[in-house]
Amino acid sequence: MYEFLTGFMFWLALAICLIGMLVRIIFYFRGLSWQLDRVAYKEFPMSGFKGAVNSIYRWLIPFGTLGWRKQPLMTVLFFGFHAGAVLVPVFLVAHNLFLKEKLGFSFFALNPFVADILTWATVICGLLIILRRIALPKVRILTTWYDYFILFISLAPFISGLIARYELGDYSFWLTIHILLGEILLIAIPFTKLSHVVLFFASRAQIGMDFGIKRGGIKGTTLNW
Amino acid sequence: MPEGTLCNKKPIDSAEALNTLLSDTSGEVYYREMKSIEVDTKLLWKTIQNTCKSRIRTWLEICAHCGMCADSCFLYLVDDHNPKQVPAYKIQSTLGEIIRKKGNVDNNFMIKTMEIAWSQCTCCNRCAMYCPHGIDVGIMMGYLRGLLYQQGFVPWELKIGAGMHRVYRAQMDVTNEDFVDTFEWIVEEYEDEYPGLKAPVDIQGADIMYTVNAREVKHYPEDLAEAAILFHIAGENWTVPSKGWEQTSLSMFAGDWAACKMQVETVYDAMERLKPKIMVGTECGHAHRATVVEGPYWVGRKDGRPPVKSIHYVEWLADALKTGKLKIDPAKRLKVPVTLQDSCNYVRNHGLKSATREIIKHIVEPGYFIEMSPNKEHNYCCGGGGGFNGVGLYRPQRNKALITKRDQILSTGAKLVLAPCHNCWDAIRDLEEEYTIGIEWSFLKPVIIKMLDIPEHLRPRE
Repeated sequence: MYEFLTGFMFWLALAICLIGMLVRIIFYFRGLSWQLDRVAYKEFPMSGFKGAVNSIYRWLIPFGTLGWRKQPLMTVLFFGFHAGAVLVPVFLVAHNLFLKEKLGFSFFALNPFVADILTWATVICGLLIILRRIALPKVRILTTWYDYFILFISLAPFISGLIARYELGDYSFWLTIHILLGEILLIAIPFTKLSHVVLFFASRAQIGMDFGIKRGGIKGTTLNW
Repeated sequence: MPEGTLCNKKPIDSAEALNTLLSDTSGEVYYREMKSIEVDTKLLWKTIQNTCKSRIRTWLEICAHCGMCADSCFLYLVDDHNPKQVPAYKIQSTLGEIIRKKGNVDNNFMIKTMEIAWSQCTCCNRCAMYCPHGIDVGIMMGYLRGLLYQQGFVPWELKIGAGMHRVYRAQMDVTNEDFVDTFEWIVEEYEDEYPGLKAPVDIQGADIMYTVNAREVKHYPEDLAEAAILFHIAGENWTVPSKGWEQTSLSMFAGDWAACKMQVETVYDAMERLKPKIMVGTECGHAHRATVVEGPYWVGRKDGRPPVKSIHYVEWLADALKTGKLKIDPAKRLKVPVTLQDSCNYVRNHGLKSATREIIKHIVEPGYFIEMSPNKEHNYCCGGGGGFNGVGLYRPQRNKALITKRDQILSTGAKLVLAPCHNCWDAIRDLEEEYTIGIEWSFLKPVIIKMLDIPEHLRPRE
């Protein structure tokens, strides 16, 4: 099982995830229509580019926008969740050793202590995000079982990873489960709401171009996100 | 009943049809018929397949259901945090549902959707600024309105409004002759006061072509005179077109995209015909949005720009004050607490936040201007935007919506609200009527005229 998951399945999951994300991003931009969206994307590339960069950059900074500042609790949960969710899978020492073996290269590796903290933050913030969904009527009304499913498949690799890391129970069993859950997550990315891994950037770029080209950007006023 | 006699999928294309619909007081028969008209589900789905592309589909798909848009929506806040007013919920339960069901929705669903599209969203686009994914529910509501209009589910007044544009190329039954006559007459009324004041119609190659809101012609002709006086005193070489003078678009509120195109084409034709250097539009928000911001796309102009450079009245005014074309007598500046209503349509949606503030610098005594909170691109809708003001069926909801602006104004302590936008002006007038908070409200033109330092030779005769 372990061999299968770290061999064929690893390659398959990685390929589905990367090719899938690429396809999603290509289809997104191919589906933009200057006339239906009412944004002259191609006519004002510089204004569009500036608007897009501003729109993405500002929202990637914790408390960088009025929207983040207005909801500090959600901001902490959001960045607490996403910091680990993005950094740990790519930069964990163990993952990089695995990558080195499989692909012959590796990335910079996180200090293990930092990686632990990030992972715990992801799990704890993820659980608090679930609580927020249940507690706040404005979020509860929007929540569907699909949202819980997405949260579950997103958190599961981190929880199983922690169980394996602290060797609670049978290490090799939990490691195998962890790899399986990680691969399920990779495969799910292009086909589910998790496609926001790339479509977040696409969607933010679009609204940035919209404001940058059409809704005021050309007037020389930068939108104060 | 597939189609009603008054409520149906057919747009209003003749004066007779308009009169028939108008004679149905408050749309009584119209709304009764609406309850039994059929939804053409095939047409609905086909339209969606042809027009709902990656932007909107992605918005609907990746919406994280996080609820961060909730507090950005003044209608959610003013409706006691009713979760049904969360922008994401409003769009997911309407457009989202129609797409999930591939257009297979019934009459009852469409009537509920109509209520949400026109009474629970003013298309102010504020939520787009608060969504981490940049999802703009206002844009989607605008799109949804188009689908509803196509199926005949549109508030009575807006079906009429769109019909007016189709028949008269104006939001009211004002003909081109009515416009020119009214304009010439009202300017003549002021000729004695302002020596040399003219009503220049259809002048080729003028520096400025001025366009208006038909309401001004029909109900507030002084506004036309004030515009003429200010251009005159500023020494502008200006004109109005005898055809293509109407800048507004109730069809945009109605979701009648074909009528939007027809309307704006008349203005662009006037630009092509008269070849002015620029177009200046009156103090109206949605008219600017329709003609300058959205209109170029409706008619298929790839650069997204009207045929000639087009600016809002506040841009012209700010420039005239800054360059000294218009001079203010400092002694006559406003010395009451003043606040400013930022119109969604040209501030959030066209970046004109500094033009109005430049004007304020000239006309308000330092220390007397108080900003609303929030303001500029983050300002709340007046409460009556997107057609909300004009729909009788949703008047109770609209009146409740005005509370946001009322409280914003009250917390400034201002006694005068400058509202360079017809919709905002109406909403603020209505909120004073409804809640009596002791404020005055005004467009900029009448305020400026009272404080002008007029050159000797142009001064009003005693």
